[in-house]
Amino acid sequence: MSFSNSGNTGGETVIPSSDSPSLNGVTAAIDFDEPQKSYSLLPKQNSEVPGELLEVAMGPHHPSTHGVFRMDVVLDGERIVKLKPVFGYLHRNHEKIAEGTSYLGSIPYTDRLDYLCSMSNNWGYALTVEKLSGFQVPERAEYIRVIMAELTRLVNHICLVGFLMQDMGAMGTPLMYAFREREKILDLFEAASGARMMCNYLRFGGVRCDLPKGWLDEARKVVENFPRFLDEFEALLSGNEILIARAQGVGVLGKELAVNAGITGPMLRACGVNYDIRKVDKYGIYDRFDFRVPLGEHGDVFDRYMVRVLEMRESLKILKAALRDIPEGLIVDAKAKSRGLRPKVGEAYGRIEGPKGELGFYLISDGSANPYRYRVRPPSLINLTILEDMCLGLTIADAVIILGSVDIVLGEVDR
Amino acid sequence: MTGQLDQLFVSLKQWLVSFLPQAAQPMAGILLSISAIIGAFATMFAITTIMERKILGRIQNRLGPNRVGPFGLLQPAADGIKMLTKEDIVPFAADKLVHFLAPVVLIIPVALALAMIPYGRNMTAVDLDAGILFFFAVGSATELSVFMAGWSSQNKYSLVGAMRAIAQMISYEMPLVLSTVSVLMMAGTLSLPLIVQAQSGYIYEILPRWNVFTPWGLAGFVLFMIAATAESNRAPFDLPEAESEIIAGYLTEYSGFKYALFFMAEYWGLFAVSGLAVTLFLGGWNAPFPFLQWVPSWAWFFAKLGTIIFGFIWVRGTLPRLRLDQLMNFAWKFLLPMSLINIVVTAMWHFSRVFQFVGAREMRWVLCALVLAIPYFFLGRALGEGRPAKRNYKFAE
Amino acid sequence: MDSQLTQYIPILILLLVAIGAAAGMLIASVALGRWANRGRLQNRAKNQNINTPYECGMIAVGEGNTRLSVKFYLVAMLFILFDIEVVFMYPWAVVYRDMLKTNGPVILGSMVSFLGILFIGYIYALKKKAFDWKS
Repeated sequence: MSFSNSGNTGGETVIPSSDSPSLNGVTAAIDFDEPQKSYSLLPKQNSEVPGELLEVAMGPHHPSTHGVFRMDVVLDGERIVKLKPVFGYLHRNHEKIAEGTSYLGSIPYTDRLDYLCSMSNNWGYALTVEKLSGFQVPERAEYIRVIMAELTRLVNHICLVGFLMQDMGAMGTPLMYAFREREKILDLFEAASGARMMCNYLRFGGVRCDLPKGWLDEARKVVENFPRFLDEFEALLSGNEILIARAQGVGVLGKELAVNAGITGPMLRACGVNYDIRKVDKYGIYDRFDFRVPLGEHGDVFDRYMVRVLEMRESLKILKAALRDIPEGLIVDAKAKSRGLRPKVGEAYGRIEGPKGELGFYLISDGSANPYRYRVRPPSLINLTILEDMCLGLTIADAVIILGSVDIVLGEVDR
Repeated sequence: MTGQLDQLFVSLKQWLVSFLPQAAQPMAGILLSISAIIGAFATMFAITTIMERKILGRIQNRLGPNRVGPFGLLQPAADGIKMLTKEDIVPFAADKLVHFLAPVVLIIPVALALAMIPYGRNMTAVDLDAGILFFFAVGSATELSVFMAGWSSQNKYSLVGAMRAIAQMISYEMPLVLSTVSVLMMAGTLSLPLIVQAQSGYIYEILPRWNVFTPWGLAGFVLFMIAATAESNRAPFDLPEAESEIIAGYLTEYSGFKYALFFMAEYWGLFAVSGLAVTLFLGGWNAPFPFLQWVPSWAWFFAKLGTIIFGFIWVRGTLPRLRLDQLMNFAWKFLLPMSLINIVVTAMWHFSRVFQFVGAREMRWVLCALVLAIPYFFLGRALGEGRPAKRNYKFAE
Repeated sequence: MDSQLTQYIPILILLLVAIGAAAGMLIASVALGRWANRGRLQNRAKNQNINTPYECGMIAVGEGNTRLSVKFYLVAMLFILFDIEVVFMYPWAVVYRDMLKTNGPVILGSMVSFLGILFIGYIYALKKKAFDWKS
């Protein structure tokens, strides 16, 4: 199949044929020079899809696919009989670039994986490199990391709930409420790191720079006011009859399937599986904090929503304790070396409980300045793999909120 | 003075018409009324769009449009110019004639419906004996236009949107029409100005005799407003245009002024159906209290209309959207039986007038409210069947 | 002309005015749009991608107006059935209060029995799951 697009420039662009527009490989030769004629060349009836079924591409330019994600759905009326997720539109060659860059040079790239949670991405990567090179993280830096990671969790979860409501058709009101709180946290990030979203803040064996004067007080204020916002948010949403009707019993994910598919994070916990890497690995200093892991029971969209809301409340507990106990001291390991880091030959897998699930980094060092192999375990992508299982037999409207409740960021899915 | 202000527009029309020769006067009067309606509601459409965006902005913690003109009040004008000068994009697979006709076909029934409504004392553009019947008859024609738009676009989203729109609109047409029957039983006429007149007067010289203050009137009003929300495709029943699911539904392939016409017709439909709600249940242009009767009747009408539209905007800013099967269940399994029961209750209400003993009036009230409340309770329970109760969440340490 | 019909003359005029206004505005906007975008339109004379049906950036597969689920048509049929009942109810509602004074039980009983029959039909449709969309 060749697309010839000869406009007034006279140049000819050929789009590779691997990007087939059709669901089942039926391709159509389209010559845009003669639109009327060529349109009629499109398949009238589809060989695999029976006549009364409707084959719709939802995405990449769809308002609620959270970016350039595509769901090829086959519809019977409104019911989905087949769904194929298609992604890769945002592929940026992240892993290969990282293999050609120094260890330090990859940190800014990790910001852009899941661009809502740059701090925890940094941590996952830093943790792996620390495992590889054996740097020790000073006390104060550990506390700063916990604070940043939990603030990131708050940002991610409120954004998720806002977007989920947007998908459900709530005209942006919850989203705007969520963004009001998010702004306060982003202000904190900006004060600490200089950037609001692409923070690039953590370093191997610590953090890049110390917190500015007064930052902790500001953070305490934000954390103190946050429960009020959460109460307001829940008053608006959790008891809402329409939300309950839309979300309960929709997109049910069984425990076994979830575990077998490698689902992690709030999605797994909404199914009732107690698995939180903060508790399992106790990485960093998470063993010092007293927090609980909320578990769902039904594994539907409502549970995923509620688990996230409850998780935010637990995060606030951690934040309160961390902001109370944070000591003075070094912020980076004195022996740590960022520039020209050449870890000894070996491999390491470091993982953290990112807001979306298990975020893992796998590194192989051959002793040179660049990693020999660099691999990300993206929670968004792996949580997305079971989309069809959750959507089959439901309607388009359900598919949209199920996708919303999976919580994907396309930067991480496509890397 | 009060009377003059009340009849301001009527006398203005008569004064203008009096310049013309005798033979042309009735025709000119009609034309004048019609152009007044179209002009007034085009203006009101502009005001409502900006107010809606402003109010939604306030609900959502933001400012809303504030760049064009003072407080952004000229935004509708800017939008209009933008829409007018946009390139007209028609998909080449579309049925071009139908695609063009759909917005035109939509605007006609809505304009006709608007002409039926009594805006004030002696202020009905077209006073038909069977006004309310005509209103619903032309109102149903909007469904045709929506389907024309969806079908002719040759777009799957449009098609799904149009199908949703048809299913939704015809399903909610039932409770919409049935909930008005009780008002007709009260007024004994199909003429809208006479229905308003039947609601004038005050109980104990202070409480207005509006239909909404009776048990069947209140139930009818609520049923009517829910159905009206669905009929005018407003949130939470905005499934035909659900932008997070099917892009823009049947409007997907419309741009420029065709889109603007659709938009305007939708708002006009909203005004028409809100105006009908005011007329049927909220006493039309009657003042709520006797001592407020010096305020012109049309001012009361538009105040009530504005309140209802504000309610629509508020709901839109608050609630998420329903799913199609829930929407259908709600119409067929809750609203329809409720509106049928409401008719029976109204019949009982009037029938029980024969009993004349002390406290009969209060007894009647309680009885009718009970007969409405019991099915409300059971139907509501049946509708929410199969849904688990409030959930509790476990925590792992 | 009798008065029944003269009532509808304003409707006719309004109809014509509405058609004229809507069609006029549309034609004006098409012309204005051509004029305002003339530069772009010339450059784009050959490339008609913009006129493809919107399918989220993909090329549409299959027809844009296929047949849809029969469920929609069932709703339409039920609507017609119930709508006709409403038509019967309107004249009854109008005369109800007047008749009540002279012949109360008859007018009440007639409509209650009619509604009863209607309800039986409704319950039948309900039991047959005609209103269920999940199935």
